[in-house]
Amino acid sequence: MSPAPNTSDTLDQVKNITDQKYKYGFVTEIESDTAPKGLTEDTIRFISAKKNEPQWLLDWRLKAFRHWLTMKEPKWARVAYPPIDYQDAHYYSAPKSTPLKKSLDEVDPELLRTYEKLGIPIKEQELLAGVEPTIAVDAVFDSVSVATTFKAKLHEKGIIFCPISEAVQTHPELVKQYLGSVVPYSDNYFATLNSAVFTDGSFVYIPKGVRCPMELSTYFRINAANTGQFERTLIIADAGSYVSYLEGCTAPKRDENQLHAAVVELVAHDDAQIKYSTVQNWYPGDEHGVGGIYNFVTKRGACRGVNSKISWTQVETGSAITWKYPSCILQGDNSVGEFYSVAITNNYQQADTGTKMIHIGRNTRSTIVAKGISAGRAQSTYRGLVKIMPKAIGARNHTQCDSLLIGDKCGAHTVPYIESRNKSAKIEHEATTAKISEEQLFYCRQRGLTPEDAVSLIVNGFCREVLKELPMEFAVEAQKLVGISLEGSVG
Amino acid sequence: MTWLDTLRNTNRSRFAELGFPKTGQEAWRFTNLGALAGTPFQPAPPAFAKVAIETLPSVTPSHRLVFVNGFFCANVSASDILPEGVIAGGLAATLNQHPALIEAHLGKLAHDTNHAPQALNTAHIADGAVLYVPKGVRVARPIELVWIGTGANEPLSWHPRLLVVLEPGSEATLIEHHLSLDDGAATFANGVSELAVGAHARLHHYKVQRERNSAFHLSTVAGRLEQGAYYEGFLLTLGAKLSRNEIKLVLAGPGAEAKLSGAYLVRGQQLCDTTTLIDHATAHGSSQQLFKGVIDGAAQGVFQGKILVRPDAQKTNAHQLSRALLLSDDARIDAKPELEIHADDVKCSHGATTGDLDDDAMFYLRARGIDQDSARSLLIDAYVNEVIAEITFEPVREAFEALASAWRYAG
Amino acid sequence: MLEIVNLHASVGDRPILKGIDLSIKAGDVHAIMGPNGSGKSTLSYILAGRDGYTVTDGSVTYNGEDLLALPPERRAATGVFLAFQYPVEIPGVSNSTFLKTALNAVRRQRGESELDAIQFLKLARAKCKQLGMTDEMLKRAVNVGFSGGEKKRNDILQMALLDPKLTILDETDSGLDIDALRIVADGVNSLRGPNRAMLVITHYQRLLSYIVPDYVHVLAFGRIQRSGGKELALELEARGYAEFGVNEAA
Repeated sequence: MSPAPNTSDTLDQVKNITDQKYKYGFVTEIESDTAPKGLTEDTIRFISAKKNEPQWLLDWRLKAFRHWLTMKEPKWARVAYPPIDYQDAHYYSAPKSTPLKKSLDEVDPELLRTYEKLGIPIKEQELLAGVEPTIAVDAVFDSVSVATTFKAKLHEKGIIFCPISEAVQTHPELVKQYLGSVVPYSDNYFATLNSAVFTDGSFVYIPKGVRCPMELSTYFRINAANTGQFERTLIIADAGSYVSYLEGCTAPKRDENQLHAAVVELVAHDDAQIKYSTVQNWYPGDEHGVGGIYNFVTKRGACRGVNSKISWTQVETGSAITWKYPSCILQGDNSVGEFYSVAITNNYQQADTGTKMIHIGRNTRSTIVAKGISAGRAQSTYRGLVKIMPKAIGARNHTQCDSLLIGDKCGAHTVPYIESRNKSAKIEHEATTAKISEEQLFYCRQRGLTPEDAVSLIVNGFCREVLKELPMEFAVEAQKLVGISLEGSVG
Repeated sequence: MTWLDTLRNTNRSRFAELGFPKTGQEAWRFTNLGALAGTPFQPAPPAFAKVAIETLPSVTPSHRLVFVNGFFCANVSASDILPEGVIAGGLAATLNQHPALIEAHLGKLAHDTNHAPQALNTAHIADGAVLYVPKGVRVARPIELVWIGTGANEPLSWHPRLLVVLEPGSEATLIEHHLSLDDGAATFANGVSELAVGAHARLHHYKVQRERNSAFHLSTVAGRLEQGAYYEGFLLTLGAKLSRNEIKLVLAGPGAEAKLSGAYLVRGQQLCDTTTLIDHATAHGSSQQLFKGVIDGAAQGVFQGKILVRPDAQKTNAHQLSRALLLSDDARIDAKPELEIHADDVKCSHGATTGDLDDDAMFYLRARGIDQDSARSLLIDAYVNEVIAEITFEPVREAFEALASAWRYAG
Repeated sequence: MLEIVNLHASVGDRPILKGIDLSIKAGDVHAIMGPNGSGKSTLSYILAGRDGYTVTDGSVTYNGEDLLALPPERRAATGVFLAFQYPVEIPGVSNSTFLKTALNAVRRQRGESELDAIQFLKLARAKCKQLGMTDEMLKRAVNVGFSGGEKKRNDILQMALLDPKLTILDETDSGLDIDALRIVADGVNSLRGPNRAMLVITHYQRLLSYIVPDYVHVLAFGRIQRSGGKELALELEARGYAEFGVNEAA
């Protein structure tokens, strides 16, 4: 457990950037290699050819695409948006300068500047003697990975950390074995679309008994206009291994909505642990609800082995619409699933997010802590499933969902599904909804805090249970975001 | 009566369009009506039971109306002296005597055109019960409704309607018994109740259902609480092969208060579904819900409870708790508590738990020399009685405790 | 320092204060005593600027400035400190984060330099020690799980850090045992000085044995019924509020 930094530091940082509400909204001027608009089998062949993929993968993509054509967009979530024209977008866009980079030195300086501006370390800075690096980064720019740091250092331990398109070339047997094994190509509308058109993403393999010595991180950036981003991430933790993985996302301010439909698959074998953290800060649209990313993501982890553990932590502040349910399939006996979530919606944002915990093995345990904050005219929904299968003797779940409302035009909703088929299983679910307390606000203001700072402080406190699960680097970022995301919500 | 024919006809064609709900529909995802839809039920003809009043369950001397297969049977009913202006009788008879009253209220609260069982009931309105209490009148003693199902040879269905109108400032206690006289072919009781609770009126409403193992029991309640009104409801479910109590209460006036609780004890192949919607439509409303299930054998419990707080319903206090005790390996529970909140100055919560009896408590009792079976019985009783304690009317509380306790020995 | 003239105020439609006149000079300690419902807490909330209290007439001038025109955080920055009757819990926010945020917010508004984490911690620890509080209290969430005495001490710790000019103690003695009361009173007394003023609001005389006031006022029915020296408190202790038409037998 890493200690969260002082909220007060956060507040200072919030102040420094108050006049630029979404500070990642800039566009990088770079020449791109872009597929023509539209989605046909030719688009898929184009992507596959660009990536120089083996036939089996192209076949798999085409199978997914043909299945997708028979599917309907899901309508059950509490989100509303105009129909998406899937033909009116580019499914591939890559900076021209980096077809397949060999070393970091060859990366386009314009891209390096972009990541510098975003505060993402994609240079392997000269290390001081004796100081170990704490984080390795895979940077995904539109449809391709443009840089991956510390690959060599990780390789010493047998860890594979590279773009998935590279893994297809270098470790085809692993990709073939695991791709689609947690989220099958036919899983759901957006996952199926992703299976057909995914362009890049990260691949991680931690060998038996290895504890990954640094945080692995992927930073997703949508830059090009009218482009969807469809990344695919696959993480395999072999027996007795451990990895902590971080994911961050931003996009420029644009008036049109852009689709981001990612798939993340995690596999934990016996005694392995995967900690997956996300700070999702896609462009949320402006204060009138114009623009923003549609974030329709399928994330699922399989605890295949005994005593395995998968832990999801997410801080969702961006996107016009968020539709995601990072889930755990608890197959191995004694396996553990965790879901810690903060979802902040302001203005016209909509979030329908939660988790699924499927208990299959004996003595499997899951914990869900979800904090939703709604302000402005936003709608925030927690949707979750806890399912105990007949063989899951001794299974346990504890769920806590709390919603905080700021202002009388927003909504907060809680829709848990609890299904138990085993008498020895214990499930506890609690949910509360309340507004930000008038008393707390006054108390803070009497001690000198402005209303904005008071709200930020109280909300950070409300989210603390979740924020403390984040790795240090992300905790600071997340706390800043809490303050920024709620800007203009108190008046 | 033309208005009633129109109402029936509209709903008949509506049901023809809808058919029975399927599990693909969100509101019915856990409760499969396949077996019900597949049974060739015939409408039950008016029947007359040959039962002595003494053999019927009763909690206290009261005004008692007896229905057989949905039809009012005056010959076995018992009258109490009611305050002036109070009407408590069969629907068909009241329709003849007070047509304007019935026309003013029937179908006014239960009018969801997408609700198939309700449309089916309305299409077949023939008889049922009416309780009308004029302004400011307090009916001291309870009104009892005894709904008897019978029929041995062919599957019979009936669609009783209950209409309760409490004018402002009035008060009444209503007790419903649903039971089967004998065993035999499948029965299908598809009741709809409309409860209009006027400003500052108070309605206590207790129901026990212990129909036979072949019975299907659907009940749809639509209630509306005006300003400062109070509703206390309790549902005890012991019987039927498949039962669903669906209750929708609209807190339409400011300061209305609803207390809704229940216990269900099921075993064998039984399915018991409790589906509630508390609709907080205006400010300062409060609602409390507590439901507890005991599920044995291969039985299934379903709880779906939604708290809806509309944008104007500031200062709402709404709480809900659902608990389920699974006693066997094949028992199952599906729960979906739900909060939909559109106002900020509210205090809302829900909770749900499932599990077996508390190991520590079991051990404690056994360590004090109580054998395992007795300890189990004791703990189940304690668990169920905690929710039955929500009933404020003592005779009903005692009667329901006895019924719940008897359930254990019947297994 | 503080001039309250003909102050009328209501909560909703209900008038609570019906013409308060009170003048407090730097260095003075004034006590306001009164029965339940007399308007004591209303007065403290109005001085601190809580929402929901409407001033219908009169004025409050603080160091020449119209106090009522300022938002609560400005009042805090200019030195108005309210010790709450019921200090508020803020789950998830550590006491030290809260104190540092508040202190730096106030310092910023006063044009003083902000303290960094090390400077702050040093200061906070020193103040804790002075008030007989452990450092561990700095790590716990604001007032969450604190005993009544700890909450009051925590408020006094905030007071010591924020260095107020006008301190309003609202029923600070409620819920305190004699030892806690003594510690709190010592904390308050250590902050007495020629440049500071205090307004001690209390129902009972008990607190005034520890924080000895220069002046005592009796508030009942929304008005100051009588003013006098510290001996007035003892008189009230002996006779109750009956002579002001208040029946406290219940």
